[in-house]
Order: sequence, then C-alpha cells, then structure tokens
Amino acid sequence: MSQGLIALIGAAGLIAASIAIPWLKFVLTIALAKGIAVLGILLLLRAGQVSFGHAMFLATGAYTVAFLAPTIPEALLLIPLAALIAGALGLVVGLFVVRYRDIFFGMLNLAISMVLYSLLEKLYDITKGTDGIRVARTTFLGMEPARETQEWLMFGIALALAAGFGLLVAAYLQSPMGRALAGIKTRETRLEFLGVSARRVLLFAYVASAVMGGIGGALVAMTTRHVTPLLGYWTSSGELVFIAILGGAGSAVGAFLGAVAFELVRVYAAASVADAWQMILGGVLLLVILFAPGGLWGILSSRLKARA
Amino acid sequence: MAEWFHDNGLLLGLALLDGLAYAALVFMVAVGLNLVFGVLRIVNVAHGSLFAIGAYAAASIGLFFVSLGLPPIAGYFALIAAAAIVGALLGPVIEKVLLRRIYGHEDVLQLLVTFALFMILEDVQKLIWGVQPVSQDLPMKQLGTIDVPFGDDVIPFTIYQLFVLPGVAVATLLGLALFLRRTLAGRMIVAVTADKEAATAMGIDSARIMLLTFTAGAALAALGGALASPTTSLVPGIGAQTIVLSFAVVATAGLGQIEGAALTSLMMGLGRSIAVYFAPEFEVVVPYLIMVAVLLVRPQGLFGVPETRRV
Repeated sequence: MSQGLIALIGAAGLIAASIAIPWLKFVLTIALAKGIAVLGILLLLRAGQVSFGHAMFLATGAYTVAFLAPTIPEALLLIPLAALIAGALGLVVGLFVVRYRDIFFGMLNLAISMVLYSLLEKLYDITKGTDGIRVARTTFLGMEPARETQEWLMFGIALALAAGFGLLVAAYLQSPMGRALAGIKTRETRLEFLGVSARRVLLFAYVASAVMGGIGGALVAMTTRHVTPLLGYWTSSGELVFIAILGGAGSAVGAFLGAVAFELVRVYAAASVADAWQMILGGVLLLVILFAPGGLWGILSSRLKARA
Repeated sequence: MAEWFHDNGLLLGLALLDGLAYAALVFMVAVGLNLVFGVLRIVNVAHGSLFAIGAYAAASIGLFFVSLGLPPIAGYFALIAAAAIVGALLGPVIEKVLLRRIYGHEDVLQLLVTFALFMILEDVQKLIWGVQPVSQDLPMKQLGTIDVPFGDDVIPFTIYQLFVLPGVAVATLLGLALFLRRTLAGRMIVAVTADKEAATAMGIDSARIMLLTFTAGAALAALGGALASPTTSLVPGIGAQTIVLSFAVVATAGLGQIEGAALTSLMMGLGRSIAVYFAPEFEVVVPYLIMVAVLLVRPQGLFGVPETRRV
C-alpha cells in the first residue's frame, strides 16, 4: 500500500471523525496545523539537525495573523502573509544558524527563539504580554460565515494545506536537494567534495521549514482565536520535535499521524488526569523511542508490509 | 559619565552584587551539565528539573527541621542533605534505567529522551509540591546583611548571597579541577571524556565512570537548586528557565570546558543583572545576545577546541 493511499484513508478518517464528534474538529484542525510545522522539522531531521527553537516560526505566523487580522481580515491573504513573514525571519536566522551543526545548531535555535519569546512577553504595549492577543474574526473570500461553517472552513483549509505541503515535502525529499540533506547527516565533507554547498542546501530546507512553521502558526491562531507568547516557548519547540519522532521521522504521513496522536493523547490525558498530562506524554515519548524507533508510521508500515 | 555614575552608582553596585550571586548559581548548574556532556555525550534537558527538585527538597527539609524545633543552623544542613538525597536517588536511577539504553544512539533521540524525562519530572515536581509558591529563606536571613561600600554609597547586602553562594561556587570549581587532575577517579573521567574506547581498552570501567559522573552532575544541579532556594520563592517553571540559561553558558563557553563555564557564568550573570536594573525588558534576552555574539566570532565557543572535519 502506498503512502498516498494511506494519506487518503487518513484524511477520510479525519473528516468522518469530525462529522461524528463535532468538538474533535477543533482538535484535529490544531493537529493538522502542527503537522504542517512538523513537516519542517522533518526536513531538518533528514539532515541530522534538530532545532529546539522552531516554535519561533509558529509564533511568528500566529502573531502575524493576530496583528494583521483587524486591518486585513481575509483568511486567504493572512495565511500567505504569515508564511512570507515567517519565511523572511527564517532566512535571516537561517543565514546565521546553518553555519553550525548538531548541539550548537540546536542551542542557537533555542537561544534565538527565547529572544523572540521574551520580546513577545515583555513588550506589553505591543503584544499584551502573557495575556496574549485575541484574534479578530477573519473572512473567507470576503464572506463572513457563521461559526459552524467557519470551523468547517478552517478544518478544510488545514486539511488542504496539509495535503499540499505533505506532497511537496515528499517530492522535495526525493529530489537531489532532498538527497543532499541526507548527505549532510552522513558526511558533510563528501558532499562538499561533490561541489554541493552544504550550507545552501541546509538554508533552503531551513527557510522552507520556517514557512511551514509560519503557516502552522497562522492556522493555530485563526482556529484558537487567541495567541500568547507560550506558542514560542522552548517547550513548544520541543513538542514539535516530539511529534516528529512520535510519528516517525521517515515520512510526511508520519508528521500528521504523530500530530493527531499527540493532540488526542493531550486532550484525553488533560481531561482525565489534569495534573499529569505532561507525564503521560513524556512516558509515551520514552516508550516510542525505546521500543518503536520508527515511530507510529514505522509500526504501521511494517504491519502493512507483513500483510502484503 | 561621572554624573551618570553619581546618579546610578547605587543601582550599578546592586547589579554587580546580584550578578555575582546569580552567576554562582548558574555556574553550579552549568558545570554539572558540562561534566555530564563531556563523559556521556548527552545534553541532558532534564538537568534543570534536578535543579528545581533540589530547590524544592531543600525548602521542604528546611521547613521540616523548623517544625521539629531544630536550631536555625540546621537549615544549612538541610541544603546539603537535599542535594545529596536528590543526587543519590535520582542520579543512578535515571542513568541506569534510561540513559544507559541510549548511549551511542542518534543525538536527536538522546536529546528527546531527556526532554521526555524533563516533562515527566516537571509533573512529578508539581504533584509533590503543588503550584503554589514555596518559600524558606531562613538560611539567608540567619546570616543577616553586611554593608558593602561602593563609591560614595553603602549597599546593605545579604551575607548569604555575597559570601556563601560565590564561596560554594569557587570551592566547587577548585575542588572539581583538583579532583579531575589529581585523583585516580578524576583522571579516569578525563580519560573517558577524551576517548571512551581507548579508556575502556586500558581497563577503565567506563560504565561505572558514566554512572559516577551522571550522579555527580545531578548532585551539583540539586546543590545549585538547594542554594538558590533561600533567595527566591519556588514556582513551577524554574527548571525550564534554568536549563535554557545553562545551555547558553555551556555553548558559549565551549563544550567540556569547566573553567570556561565559570568565566561565562560570571559574564552572563553580571550581564543579566545589569539588564534587570537598567533595562528590565531585556533581562531574559541578554544571556542569549552574549551567546550569539560569541558564537558569531568563535563558532566552537570561547574556550572550545575546533573539531577536525572527518572525510
């Protein structure tokens, strides 16, 4: 069974679940939004680099929507704008961080994201600090649909973007540029002997990941209608990496599988054991790493292969 | 300039004293992180949780001693006991149950295992001590304050923060340097840090060395937390704050550099507290700005050694 077919079945499952249990629609929209951001983490993981600061792009996308929504309420404009601004930030930060590898790469991303986080938190006059900003209502193609329709629209947009970026990332990873990413992980020097600039390869992936982070953040902002600096805290960045590993770092479908599983575990754990949901998530992560290194996607694909 | 000093001398003096005390605490955490990384090659995200648990444990033990009616001097014993208990209990458990399984795995997975541990410990701490602020400042109050002359001004400052914190930090630095260079166990740690395979081939039990190092690192983090506990009230989230700052210190100093970590802690502690007094919005940002500035010029950190590129 191909990845594409599984993705289709998964999408159909998400739609069915949203129809059957209305409140799940919200959770699944968030999961899809985070999944798009996780696709970006996946690109960097392919190069063996882990960013502990990618929530900064998510926060950038979310705050872009929050700031611009009063003047430009059109959702179909806000999302590209969020992508553009997150991408621009990604280019600036990327030019600096792609010179570093491994621990330094991870820590620099962390440091820069903490700078953004504390600016969001401290510049109260602009960002309302930890209270966060309420996101104004958005329109869709100039129309202002009723609440229920709007929720469905957000879900649909998230699903469409998820599918689009999933395909793009899958194609990218198969392309020479994507293959070169894997080269950075195994032996960078050899890549350079071939005349390929490792920095440029990584920079492209970094900016792409920033754009996807921005889009994920924009979707989160428009769905939850409220943004806080916490979106950009380092634990949120850790969550994104968590989801990537949970789903399985090998495939685009894994990112969404991981995101849906993560959000569902979080919702149910938070509802049943409010004080210990982090502990449960941490436990799940440990179990996955120790006993299922391929993640959920690894488990699923090996099952399917065994049956075929 | 002279006028500025005249107007802000008191603030500057306070900032420097505060910075010194803060740097001492940061160093205690960063040095353990650095030591553990050197030997285990794992960046322990949960290191900050050990700091937090050490702090809470110290406050609890201190309050317990007070309720027993023990003399105030027992408060200092509580600090040390907390560090020893947390280090001796959690250190070996974490190393044996968790970390031992992932040595030599991909960096990303190692980082995530400790991140998962961080999430778990964060909730454990909330379950035990709740989310209300906990405070036990007897060890600091007990010593009283001293008047520090600064230019024309006199600054009353707590003896605890002025002497005890930096004192313990300097003792740790010297003790660690002596231990690593002069004792057999210390030199074995250095050997494993430099080349694990070669050290094992020479008959060093590297598994034991790793266990020992991790336990020592955990105890240092807990001691840092215990020492910090009288100076502040404890709330959830101090672990997360501490660990990102220690990361910044370790990356700026260069991995595996102990003296470097001391100097960098001082730099960042002073930088941060000057920001606290003169530009509070940038308090959190300053250490990272220092880090980014340093890494721009020296990618391997201030004291780090550049790695040779493998072909």
